[in-house]
Amino acid sequence: MICVEGIDGSGKSTQLLLLERWLRSRGYPVHFTEWNSSRLVRRSMQRGKKKNLLTPTTFSLLHAVDFADRLTYQILPPLKAGMIVLADRYVYTAFARDVARGVHPEWVRAVYSPALRPDLTLYFRVPIDISLERLLSGRAKLKYHEAGMDVGLSTDPVESFRMFQSRVLEIYDQLTLEFGMRPIDATAEIPNQQRLIRTMVQEILRNYDRNRANGKNGVTSQSR
Amino acid sequence: MASHPSRAKTWYGHGLPYLAKKRLPGHLIAIEGTDGVGRSAQIELLRPWLELEGYAVSNTGWTRSPLLSETINEAKAGHRLTVTTFSLLYAADFADRLEHEILPALQAGFIVIADRYMYTAFARNSVMGADPKWTREVFGMALVPDLVLYLDIDVESLIPRVIMGKGMDYWESGMHLALGIDLFDSFERYQGRLIDEYRRLSGEFGFISVDARLPIEELQGELRKHIAEYLSGANGKSHPDSADNGPSARKE
Repeated sequence: MICVEGIDGSGKSTQLLLLERWLRSRGYPVHFTEWNSSRLVRRSMQRGKKKNLLTPTTFSLLHAVDFADRLTYQILPPLKAGMIVLADRYVYTAFARDVARGVHPEWVRAVYSPALRPDLTLYFRVPIDISLERLLSGRAKLKYHEAGMDVGLSTDPVESFRMFQSRVLEIYDQLTLEFGMRPIDATAEIPNQQRLIRTMVQEILRNYDRNRANGKNGVTSQSR
Repeated sequence: MASHPSRAKTWYGHGLPYLAKKRLPGHLIAIEGTDGVGRSAQIELLRPWLELEGYAVSNTGWTRSPLLSETINEAKAGHRLTVTTFSLLYAADFADRLEHEILPALQAGFIVIADRYMYTAFARNSVMGADPKWTREVFGMALVPDLVLYLDIDVESLIPRVIMGKGMDYWESGMHLALGIDLFDSFERYQGRLIDEYRRLSGEFGFISVDARLPIEELQGELRKHIAEYLSGANGKSHPDSADNGPSARKE
């Protein structure tokens, strides 16, 4: 179980894609899963976002439903089958974003307690200005919730993004210590970051048996 | 709880830290009881009575949130849910109603009558095999009701009532748990377990239990008696606008 974390525009998805390519080319069975992608709560999420019905608590719980659904269908079966699961965002996203929105840190940890601990969590650290630059050059407008507009810090999307994501960054930094996430300098050249990541992944895959039929001795949830 | 009515509201766990600590002068009354026990009929009768007494009343019911009700119905129509996703969907529905219906009404001084409250989730989750500690932590955002009236019934008395009512339904019979060979069998076991659980919770949380086998009017009389008792205690103890010893301390 390998996951990537970081604020929007940190480049984590790009790095995960490159990692996936590399793992597949080396013959590893890989399964990819992404935050907020299950069908189960899609309608509620869209409705809530569009009509601005979400509170910090319902925002958090809808994402928790999404996560629990993917844990059941997307994460546990491939892990038990001995595959490598790559997750674009994991529970730490909730621990950072939802707490920045105002829910209690212990409550959100309790909500996500059915989750298992990844074997490797890469945290892509990036200064706010660089992430903003990347997001604004790619698409013209910042998304409402991504900019934390619902929190009401500022009516200007860019300013709101800066303030909200700064809070998120601060919490991520604390989580890095609490959960042993591996920080990656997301301002470094893309190939350099990828080289470092592949070294780390190689390390955790040292004892991985790719011929194994089921996950008795390989990728375990306990091994941090 | 019943013998010491007070206006102080407490949160079950961590509550909602981002909400400003507003005064909640209203009253939160939860009506609990298993499926088909007659909660809605009783609530329908309570409302006009309270309004005649001069109280403004607001109702809220399980899975009725605008945000989640469709999703929950769709999910129940499919075969995708686990105990965990089920619980979290109910919690999201609950939180949506708590923040958009219950708290604003309490703030405005209404009596809120909740058709089922978090204890329904505690009972069902426990029967479905979820970790009770986890369920309770998830509902840590809930406000503790001022009064919980529990409509108590035994399975034997419940069965004819449900059959003559809207009939036995898949979920209320616990068919998702595959407990018995047919609907009846499953209903009996599932509801039996739920009732055991409700009764346990009743002791733990100090519900006021009323005998739901009574005829409608008599049962209504019982409920009114308990509510009137609570209200006179609550109103006597601290007037909404007086800054007496009224414990405004809300547990965080």
